[in-house]
Amino acid sequence: MTNSTVLAYAIDLLSVLLLALGLKGLSKVRSARSANGLAALAMGLAVAGLLIQQQLSLEAWIWIAVGTAVGGLAGLLTAQRVPMTAMPETVALFNGCGGMASLLVAVAVALYQSDTTGLVEQVSIIISVFVGAITFTGSVVAMGKLQGWIGTPGWTQSQVRHGVNIALAVAALVGAFGLPANPSGFPLWLLVGASSLLGIGVTLPIGGADMPVVISLLNSYSGVAAAAAGFVVGSQLLIVAGAMVGAAGLILTQVMCKAMNRSLVSVLFGGALGGATQVGGGGEEAGYTRITSCSAEECAMALETAERVVFVPGYGLAVAQAQHTLRELSKLLEANGTEVSYAIHPVAGRMPGHMNVLLAEADVPYEQLLEMDTINPEFPRTDVVIVLGANDVVNPDAKSDPNSPLYGMPVLEVDQARQVFVVKRSLGAGYAGIKNALFELPQTAMVFGDAKAVLNGLVSELREMGVGKKAA
Amino acid sequence: MSSLTEALWVLLLGSLLGLELIGKVPPTLHTPLMSVANAISGITVLASLTLIAQAGDNTILLALGAGSLAFALFNVIGGFLVTDRMLAMFSRKPTSPKSLSAK
Repeated sequence: MTNSTVLAYAIDLLSVLLLALGLKGLSKVRSARSANGLAALAMGLAVAGLLIQQQLSLEAWIWIAVGTAVGGLAGLLTAQRVPMTAMPETVALFNGCGGMASLLVAVAVALYQSDTTGLVEQVSIIISVFVGAITFTGSVVAMGKLQGWIGTPGWTQSQVRHGVNIALAVAALVGAFGLPANPSGFPLWLLVGASSLLGIGVTLPIGGADMPVVISLLNSYSGVAAAAAGFVVGSQLLIVAGAMVGAAGLILTQVMCKAMNRSLVSVLFGGALGGATQVGGGGEEAGYTRITSCSAEECAMALETAERVVFVPGYGLAVAQAQHTLRELSKLLEANGTEVSYAIHPVAGRMPGHMNVLLAEADVPYEQLLEMDTINPEFPRTDVVIVLGANDVVNPDAKSDPNSPLYGMPVLEVDQARQVFVVKRSLGAGYAGIKNALFELPQTAMVFGDAKAVLNGLVSELREMGVGKKAA
Repeated sequence: MSSLTEALWVLLLGSLLGLELIGKVPPTLHTPLMSVANAISGITVLASLTLIAQAGDNTILLALGAGSLAFALFNVIGGFLVTDRMLAMFSRKPTSPKSLSAK
């Protein structure tokens, strides 16, 4: 062992240690930010260690500089510009690019491998290409669906898609088996093409509600792709880090599925919920008979006299970018002596923790964000609940109606509160595509409109009533 | 073959480490965690750099390496920065004097 090899080993070990500490630190709010820095430092160390070890030519340095400038700048700009509401899409995009990187490395090695390339490398190349390609196209489709650029084509909801996907998987398999005999020819491109199309074919039928689960799963895949790339270039550090991320993604995926009462199998193969299995009235505004609607003014009056108010933010709030207006409203109420809290369902905002991030951006105190298990017993002594663009997570059918597709999903028991206002743009169904029994309860009133517009209305109504002036 | 066995052990232990580290995280931190895990998966930069280092003067290989380096770095740098942006919001929250004085 030369000195530089020893140094490289030491650096590798140190980076693994720091990566592990970084992931560990992210499990506590207080240490999370420094943990993120630690992980970033570990990454920098790993890169530095590699550069020390390799004897790089001037030409290599130039190419590295070009790649770094392009990728680094794009990452920097994206990270700064992207709005907080678009977090799931952004993670999907980054993730897809990670898959693409593994794919490119594997393709390059496959094209120029020597005759001595062993079976292990061959298999690693195949896995890296296959998983990398699926991660890339799957992530891009997931991002497109979340952004609303891509819809759910009709044929993807029929049984045809299983046939198409199986055909693609077989094609990929044929390419994989042909690869060792003819490393740089047709089989490689067949594998790349079929895997890419398979990524699209599997992601396209999945509805928007399940997209975060898919992103999390793809996140896990990109770890697997990285680990496979580690086998290809013979880097243990890469294998460790890839395996850690793969395991992390799997755990997160499981957590999300559990919170949504969906099994991973039905997410992946069941098609979009509500599209294929239209339950009850379904569709737009169908099936509701006893709806009470009211104006922002009436809602404001109820708020003025309430002692305890709970907000239930959902995806609609995120879409309307209304988190700052919501904070303004709750400040007014607090100044009026009202006890305000926010009930956060585990999958509110379509991604665990997404709502917390949004509300944190609007300076909502951390203690006011209550998780489902904490807030549920509090609803009976709550005067007013305001549901903002959430639907399925407050559906009481999930507790009481065994025939409901949501049955068994943990929900926020807002129906226990004295009065419920639901702010919603229309009576359209939620992601699960089913009717919400909450809307027909006698204590529920609907306030129709965009979440931000309604909240603005409430703020000005309360100001007119002189609420919040006392404290000032 | 010993290097393969070694690599497989590394794979196994790495997976177990990941499961153990990530098992106990509050839902609040799931999005940042996902984002940070995603940034770490960009560690493929190492593979890209190795590829470039060993490419010699093969221009196609160098270009493929640089392309994959760009994609991986986009993932790494974007991932860490975006996570930091999210976490920066959490950290300034617990000390919000306004809400206390308003009560």
